[in-house]
Amino acid sequence: MEAQIQTADSVAISVQGISKRFGALLAVDNVSFTVAKGEIFGLLGPNGAGKSTLIRMLTTLVPPTGGTAVVAGHDIIHDANAVRERIGVIPQNMTSDPELTCAENIGIHARLYGITGAERRRRTAELLEAVGLTDRANALASTLSGGMRRRLEIARGMVHNPQILFLDEPTTGLDPASRISVWEMITHLRSEQGRTLFLTTHYMDEADRLCDRVAIVDRGRIVAMDTPVALKSSVPGASRIEVQFEPDLPHGASDLEKLPAAQSVRALGSATYRISSDRGPASAIEIVELARGLKLELKSLSVLSTSLDDVFLHYTGHGLTEMPEAAVPSGAGKKGATR
Amino acid sequence: MKRALALVERDMRKFRRSPALLVSSMVLPLLQLIILGNAFGGNIKNVILGVVNLDHGPESVTVMERVRAVGANARTFLPTDYTDQGAALTDLRKGALGGVLIIPQHYSRDLLEQHQPHLALITDNTDRSVAGAVGEQMSTLVASINAPQVPPREAPQAALDVVEVYPYIDYMKYLLPGSVSLAIFVTAMIGGGMLFIDDKSRGLHEGYMVTPITKWELILGFNLSGVIKAMLAGETVLVLGAVVAGIPNFFQPVRVLELTLMVGLTSVALIGMMFFIMARISDPLVPRAIFGVLNTLLFFPSGAVYPIAGFPRWLRWLSAADPFTYAVHAFRSLLLKDIGISAVTNDIFALTLTSVIVLSGATLLFRRTL
Repeated sequence: MEAQIQTADSVAISVQGISKRFGALLAVDNVSFTVAKGEIFGLLGPNGAGKSTLIRMLTTLVPPTGGTAVVAGHDIIHDANAVRERIGVIPQNMTSDPELTCAENIGIHARLYGITGAERRRRTAELLEAVGLTDRANALASTLSGGMRRRLEIARGMVHNPQILFLDEPTTGLDPASRISVWEMITHLRSEQGRTLFLTTHYMDEADRLCDRVAIVDRGRIVAMDTPVALKSSVPGASRIEVQFEPDLPHGASDLEKLPAAQSVRALGSATYRISSDRGPASAIEIVELARGLKLELKSLSVLSTSLDDVFLHYTGHGLTEMPEAAVPSGAGKKGATR
Repeated sequence: MKRALALVERDMRKFRRSPALLVSSMVLPLLQLIILGNAFGGNIKNVILGVVNLDHGPESVTVMERVRAVGANARTFLPTDYTDQGAALTDLRKGALGGVLIIPQHYSRDLLEQHQPHLALITDNTDRSVAGAVGEQMSTLVASINAPQVPPREAPQAALDVVEVYPYIDYMKYLLPGSVSLAIFVTAMIGGGMLFIDDKSRGLHEGYMVTPITKWELILGFNLSGVIKAMLAGETVLVLGAVVAGIPNFFQPVRVLELTLMVGLTSVALIGMMFFIMARISDPLVPRAIFGVLNTLLFFPSGAVYPIAGFPRWLRWLSAADPFTYAVHAFRSLLLKDIGISAVTNDIFALTLTSVIVLSGATLLFRRTL
């Protein structure tokens, strides 16, 4: 019996207190959120934060330890196959078969969704065209570049025209040109077809550029969630200034904290400081005058707008690449942890 | 069912593109059939036998003549004369001789005086086959010396005539049923074990699990494609092996059909067994590590290379639990005896039971999630 769950028409994904534990490791800790239809929703966090485990639970690959989620109107635990029929998944690992051609990979995936005969051939040709691989239709997947292989994965995930597309770190390991190509494809998928996209990433610029809303994940929990603009404006100091002195300031960061425009100061080491400020240019002038007064040389000074990197730092207390030791799953591989 | 066929299509496309699996599955059994079949099938000949005659009397000359007659005709051994017993034994220990025959001093006198003199045959028992063949030939020779020169008017002894039911079976024919079973096993091991785990560890199974394919369809798809590959390998070795070994009337349609049924049933049992073993394994090294162990545990106790009747009791128990045993017995009955499917109903039952048990176990163990 198909358990149709009553959800608001505008909701594509509704996650309710979902958790996943691998032995002693709590990979996802009581997470709740909703994703609207037609939205591009991003999970942003470092490796090991729990993004992949969360996406694997939502795509029915890993059963949750607690809580549940409704995806495309169906419960992931009690109505998993109905969920699978309505979602497309582009996993983090390349799951297309390297010993099959591009057309065969898409065609066999179509058959797994019950698409056969002329319809299968038509969908395969359409998707190869859509991802720009028509001329490589008969090439083995093993001969494709990383970017092409990722495009093939996307084509495969789209073969049954899913309502929701899940992309787990879609550009990890790709060169800059391939990343931009995949970004354009993701934007196209939403803008042309009004599809809901759910992606995970550990690239700030990717989340900033693609997502309507971003959830920041740290140690299995969502620590902040909003539009990229709102998240950035929630961080004190609209600008940040990075400055390096030669030699170092006599009293370190406290010399900079006295400046009227500075809202917060963080020592980065090697006589380098990061200052948050609402008035970037004014702060820069104050820093120059401070250096002149103390007879110090300014080795470098840059004024930058607040980025999601600052948002991440603000909410988690550590940088995106500075995953705390305690959060790295020990022995997670043995137990099948997928954080 | 349609979705299960997607997995079969995938495997068949890969199989057709790269026939390495089929070739590698057939090379071992065919090589074994040809090399072992020829190596073990022949009579032992040309063993160098050192002969030390310490007597030189007329009766020892008779022994020497008989020994030389064997060397010239049956050629089981080739006699070489030694005058020094010590030198002959030294050569035996060095491996230059396969045996030493010593005709003792006063052999002729003791024989004529009916003192029952003893000829001594010293053999290199590190090679039991050679020692046995030389011993058997010498026993025949001594018996012929002891036989009366003029047969009695009425023979008092009963005679035994051994009649073989089937035409002469050489060792290659004897080995063929095991080779067919081995081809199916190797395909199951490579196609059903190693490639399955390789695909799992490369994340390919994750790609299937996000689709609506059910657990039953996954199990059916993986097993069905494995069975098709195993049957192709089994049938190929069956046909090639039958031609090489010279199985008479092999291509009779009913016989081919019966053999194909057994190839199919053996494939289901062995692929199912492999799927059962691999259901929870994800390390690609494991199937490679257990390949040799399984081969030894399944192939050798099955009676494929040596009759089960010669096994100790504990090994006979292992044979009884080994699905290979029933496959080998069925192929041997159908290939060498040509007695029809009714003679292998026990084997069919055993292989069907094995299939049901292993596939049920695999279904319980197999997880549709990561």
